[in-house]
Amino acid sequence: MQSTLIMNQKHQEDLAHIRSMMERSSRFISLSGLSGVFAGLSALIGGIYVYQLFKANGMDYLNDEHRLYSANLVSELFWIGITILVFAFAFGIFFTIRKSRKYNLPIWTSATKKMLFNLGVPLLAGGVFCLAMMYHGYFGLVAPSTLIFYGLAVINAEKYTFSDIKYLGFSELILGCIALFNIGYGLIFWIIGFGILHIVYGLVMFKKYK
Amino acid sequence: MGIIDKLNKDFESRVRLGIMSVLMVNDWVDFTEMKALLNITDGNLASHSSALEKAAYIEVKKEFVGKKPKTSYQVTDLGRAAFKEHLSYLEKLMKS
Repeated sequence: MQSTLIMNQKHQEDLAHIRSMMERSSRFISLSGLSGVFAGLSALIGGIYVYQLFKANGMDYLNDEHRLYSANLVSELFWIGITILVFAFAFGIFFTIRKSRKYNLPIWTSATKKMLFNLGVPLLAGGVFCLAMMYHGYFGLVAPSTLIFYGLAVINAEKYTFSDIKYLGFSELILGCIALFNIGYGLIFWIIGFGILHIVYGLVMFKKYK
Repeated sequence: MGIIDKLNKDFESRVRLGIMSVLMVNDWVDFTEMKALLNITDGNLASHSSALEKAAYIEVKKEFVGKKPKTSYQVTDLGRAAFKEHLSYLEKLMKS
């Protein structure tokens, strides 16, 4: 009886071991919820800064119907966007390394590479698409497009990381589609999509996979 | 006790279970990555992988990348079938 119990426990541990090895070798699970929270905070702070910048330039973002952007302002906005991206990315890497050290998970595995590839392809195409739109002067469509391409990229990467990430992807995608019909409020949609959604998703993930 | 006898002796060790689990859900996996995933030493991985190779459950590929030797593993059809069988016995044991 005793030995059956011990055997039973061993088999149960074997099964748990098998499951965990399959999981950690096929999915990038070092992604920390905190990465999402801090990426969201960067976007939120950046968005509020841009709103203030508009104000300083004599524009009331929510109420002005027709806004004219000077070339100077456009280039400043562009660099603010890049800065936010760098910060969000740096936070992402920092918390990922921290989590992987804590749980003794290898980072640079084939699952990680696949995840980055699947995330990167739609993002790169979206980036080129947005640059082309700015080049041709379609500024109003840039914000909705970034949300749509980002959503598609996240949905595409879902197979190689926590599958809950797809809900974030679908939310971004839907938000982007709504934004397409509300041109002129790109900043607001941006703050919701890249700021608030990331923070909410990050907190949920952090709680779930702590 | 019949069902216990059917459990594959080749999969008794945790390391071998780990190697098989990783290979079931991945294509070729190289030595360094396998070692990091299982969190074991070089010697440990080498001895267990060669045992699995002897049983024809995994295929071992040795090649040179530049001047560095690189060893990679892949599960064979036989290994896949044997591991699936082992898994279903384990699950049956848990239910009974």
